[in-house]
Amino acid sequence: MEINRDELKAQFSILIGQSVDEKVLSGFEVKLKEAVETPAKLKFNLLFSSIPRQVGRNTVHVPAEQLSVLQDCRKGFDPSGWTVDRLCRVQLLLHLDPAIGKEEYLARVEELFSVAEVNEQVALYSALPLYHFPEEFRFRTTEGIRTNMTSVFDAVALNNPYPFDYLEEAAWNQMVLKALFMQRPVYRIYGIDQRANQALARILSDYAHERWAAGRAVSPELWRCVGPFIDEKLFEDINRLLKGNDPFKEEAAVLACYDSDFAGAKQVLADRPRLAEMARSGELNWNALGKDYEKEL
Amino acid sequence: MKFIDPHVHMVSRTTDDYEAMQKAGVVAVIEPAFWLGQPRTAAGSFKDYYSSLVGWERFRASQFGIKHYCTIGLNSKEANNEPLAEQVMDLLPLYIFKEGVVGIGEIGYDDQTAAEDKYFRAQIELAREAGLPIQIHTPHRDKKKGTIRSMDVCEEHGVDPSTVIVDHNNEETVEEVLNRGYWTAFTIYPNTKMGNERMVEIVRQYGAERIMINSAADWGVSDPLSVPKTAALMLERGIPQEQVELVCYKNALEAFGQSGQMKEEDWADAEGVDQTQLFHGNSVLRGGQQAKTGDNIIKN
Repeated sequence: MEINRDELKAQFSILIGQSVDEKVLSGFEVKLKEAVETPAKLKFNLLFSSIPRQVGRNTVHVPAEQLSVLQDCRKGFDPSGWTVDRLCRVQLLLHLDPAIGKEEYLARVEELFSVAEVNEQVALYSALPLYHFPEEFRFRTTEGIRTNMTSVFDAVALNNPYPFDYLEEAAWNQMVLKALFMQRPVYRIYGIDQRANQALARILSDYAHERWAAGRAVSPELWRCVGPFIDEKLFEDINRLLKGNDPFKEEAAVLACYDSDFAGAKQVLADRPRLAEMARSGELNWNALGKDYEKEL
Repeated sequence: MKFIDPHVHMVSRTTDDYEAMQKAGVVAVIEPAFWLGQPRTAAGSFKDYYSSLVGWERFRASQFGIKHYCTIGLNSKEANNEPLAEQVMDLLPLYIFKEGVVGIGEIGYDDQTAAEDKYFRAQIELAREAGLPIQIHTPHRDKKKGTIRSMDVCEEHGVDPSTVIVDHNNEETVEEVLNRGYWTAFTIYPNTKMGNERMVEIVRQYGAERIMINSAADWGVSDPLSVPKTAALMLERGIPQEQVELVCYKNALEAFGQSGQMKEEDWADAEGVDQTQLFHGNSVLRGGQQAKTGDNIIKN
């Protein structure tokens, strides 16, 4: 994975500067330099803890041009909506020098994880796509997926390209299922469509059946990863969505069928020319459906 | 009326307690680091405990609409295991600047041994360096002497009494603690220490300045609604409302607010903050039925 860390550091500094006043920025830069230049880790760790006291919690505004520069530096990286303390923490982590050696580098990050409070965990997981030795963070990522703290889970699973790039299939599937379980917006999972797979389609269908049996609602986003794998059995689920008059369910069924070559699915589209045309033109799409459904929650 | 319970061990309490506290008007709690009923045998146990105070427990409280803060420290009982205490002292700097940490506590004396004295003093120095308030646990046995000694030691280290909360006071200690300028806290335990009837009389006699009450509810017989219940009794017995507010809310806020980590806006604005950070997309806020959240977070 190509990462232009020097450019990211410069871009982060600009973004931070746009979110706090000049004095706060220069104060932070001084502390950052100190922490990076001191070999003992205590200064680095204390700065990591105390960042919100220095820079506050304003939301960082990321203009579109700047986001595309960031994504040229690291594909899929997206700090939109972050608070400035989160960005400053990721900036500090970006300055952790791999020259200290792989073992020491990993131990330093793991130590921060092991004593982290909620917002620190959010920052640490947000930095997943930027760490050196990224293949060593797979287990840590699955730990993040196991959390029940919504904001921590979101930092791992939403708008974060690391799981897409590095998680093996079982862990990826677990993440998507957990996102649905925690009622998180699936459309914000980076690479959700590319990593759809047969096993996930089966897991999601089972989960839907479990929810139906308990008389509970099923997110229309669940069917996003099912479409390409529709067979006789999964098609029964699609038919179930089409019963009743829920526009979300009907749209989800149409979108799933649009992703499928199964004969029954083609018939569903033929029976609903208006929605089928909307799916073809892109007016109806999974992201828009996910956003609309999110508002309903 | 809004309440703060400035001493309560929520890790030992159930979600029913959180719900009841929220309904009774408790907006914020402070959880001092204490022992768990039996001694820990490894530094890692302390680390995970501190992490839970700034992590999971904080989140759990937020799911019930309560802001959770904590004080971090090595308690006096476990200070007696010196090899372990040394390792725990190394951990403390990693936690004291974390969000929601409003002081060093609860520290002080239990049996008043030399080891307890050593680590009490070391933690007073840590609090001074960090600019954090100190929450003092006064001993159950030989209380009066232990309380006076705690204050003497603070003053020996040059600590300003207005940054120290002396806890678990009673009729025997209140006068000297107040006179020396300390925040004077009372624990309302059902049947023991300080019942709420006695508390009403103390406020009647000494007023409300620098006095606060807490439940110290933990894994033992205790009542997490002690603060609102005592407030109700005070009002019923004719204590003026301004005084009740000081004792059950404002004084705790002022004392622990000196940390810079606890502000009234934290809960006044909580709805906006929590919706995006914690509740976002969760079913909780629909129709304001908070209890439903548990559905999501506690199972699995």
